[in-house]
Amino acid sequence: MSVLVVVECDGGEVKKSSLEVASYGSQVAQMLGTTATAIAVGEATEANLALLGEQGISKVLYDAEPRLKDFVNGAYTKLIAAAAQKEEAKIIVLANSNIGAAVGSRLSIRLEASIATNVVELPKTDGGKFVVKRGAFSGKAFADVELAGDRKIIAVKKNSIEALHEAGKTAPVESFSAQLTDADFADAPKEVIMQDQAGGVLLPEADLVVSGGRGMKGPENWNLIEDLAKALGAATACSKPVSDVDWRPHHEHVGQTGITVSPNLYIACGISGAIQHLAGVNSSKVIVVINKDPEAPFFKAADYGIVGDVFDVLPKLIAAVKELN
Amino acid sequence: MKFLVCISNVPDTTTKIAFTPDNKEFNKAGVQFVINPWDEYALTRAIELKEAQGAGTVTVLNVGEADTEPNIRKALAIGADDAIRVNAHPKDAFFVAKQIAAIAKDGGYDVILMGKESIDYNGFQVHGMVGELLGIPTVAPAMKLDMSGNTATLEREIEGGKEIVEVNAPFVASCQQPMCEPRIPNMRGIMTARTKPLKVVEPTADAARTEVETFALPPAKQGVKLIPAENAGELIRLLRNEAKVI
Repeated sequence: MSVLVVVECDGGEVKKSSLEVASYGSQVAQMLGTTATAIAVGEATEANLALLGEQGISKVLYDAEPRLKDFVNGAYTKLIAAAAQKEEAKIIVLANSNIGAAVGSRLSIRLEASIATNVVELPKTDGGKFVVKRGAFSGKAFADVELAGDRKIIAVKKNSIEALHEAGKTAPVESFSAQLTDADFADAPKEVIMQDQAGGVLLPEADLVVSGGRGMKGPENWNLIEDLAKALGAATACSKPVSDVDWRPHHEHVGQTGITVSPNLYIACGISGAIQHLAGVNSSKVIVVINKDPEAPFFKAADYGIVGDVFDVLPKLIAAVKELN
Repeated sequence: MKFLVCISNVPDTTTKIAFTPDNKEFNKAGVQFVINPWDEYALTRAIELKEAQGAGTVTVLNVGEADTEPNIRKALAIGADDAIRVNAHPKDAFFVAKQIAAIAKDGGYDVILMGKESIDYNGFQVHGMVGELLGIPTVAPAMKLDMSGNTATLEREIEGGKEIVEVNAPFVASCQQPMCEPRIPNMRGIMTARTKPLKVVEPTADAARTEVETFALPPAKQGVKLIPAENAGELIRLLRNEAKVI
């Protein structure tokens, strides 16, 4: 028996969220007295995969089939299921990403495993039970969930686990084939369109996020949000009303029905903090709110606040970051 | 085409979350329940596609106890043709997926739609489980869905972009914005919904694979530290030296 972790790669690099997944998996393996093997998906390099040793991974499996570069639900599910069989994996850990959820839910049926998504802590194994803590009610609560059965799948929420870094440790990379056929690629994408990200930072993976609401008054003022984000190396985001009126694209919409982010720093500019917006951001480590209305509900959820006009405050912040850099 | 739209019954998005004294269950007292907002995209898009095809049916499916019927009627008022309620507490994603798969298998549906996830459990799992149980493709989360004959073209959101995917019916898709503008019931819809068929069936014998031991609320914030606007640059210094996040 072993622990299998699924690491997502992009442009040759292992995604940061997958470094956390690998660290989670190796710590679970240690708790259970076994080792953690990684199966890599996406575009990876052998050198970068070997570095997963730093996260405590003992061995990395990689199938260099070129069609696996893009996400294909059927093929990824079969590949990971084959790796799980080979490694006799009792626990499979993946990222709580769109890929992780799509593959994890199918795997849970194929491998007859119990599954928990949105997991934020290492499992508790007292009294022979296996219990994980997961986010529920759109970030407004947590649930301790017992996973039954012999096999378990855990999808780990980004930025909830500290990635391990044992410098200099490497893991052997083995080529692995699941004998995939054309039929496994039936749902392969016809086309993959990547977004233009301001400053090149992807919102779901970002450690720092600068977000704007209706208080920004119009899309023409977004240069302030973008300039601060650029100076900090942050991603940009927005509230639902802003994407509803098309000031910003939908993929920047953070909230209950948009994307949920959990960065180290979330700076909200001109966002009042409706409960639906808070649901998407309240697992951020540090929240900064800038709003001219001192009664804005967002201040109650904030760590730092500035009561003031965003058009006055943001240029000062941009200047201060530039000075610091 | 036969569309099956799965809806769940969830606390209104503005609900303040509280639990029963043993922290085992959500406290429903005084809470308004609504159709899960993500599911509204699935429902409206199914109705739009049926209208565009000029034929077919939209069936709404809910796994829930009798108290979900007002929201099932609401879905009928929005434009679904008939409804099925599996008379059971939705114990976990696996249990719900088994119920949906059993109904789908029996009914011979071409397109099975649901929301990306429910806003209470936030599992984002049922779509994939149903697809796997039925041995058909799943596209999740889908931002766009068009049909031409038996073939669907979907936009699937991935981190940082989207994929254009083509699949043939039958398939499962979990839906999110900006797929369509969710409809609200009109008076005529509300009147006709009263007489549309709502069939109640008993669940399969499947057991859940997970169980919630306790719920907990997140720890309260310590309170906001305010920085005067005229000294805004101080914030950046605090973020570096005190919070150590930049």
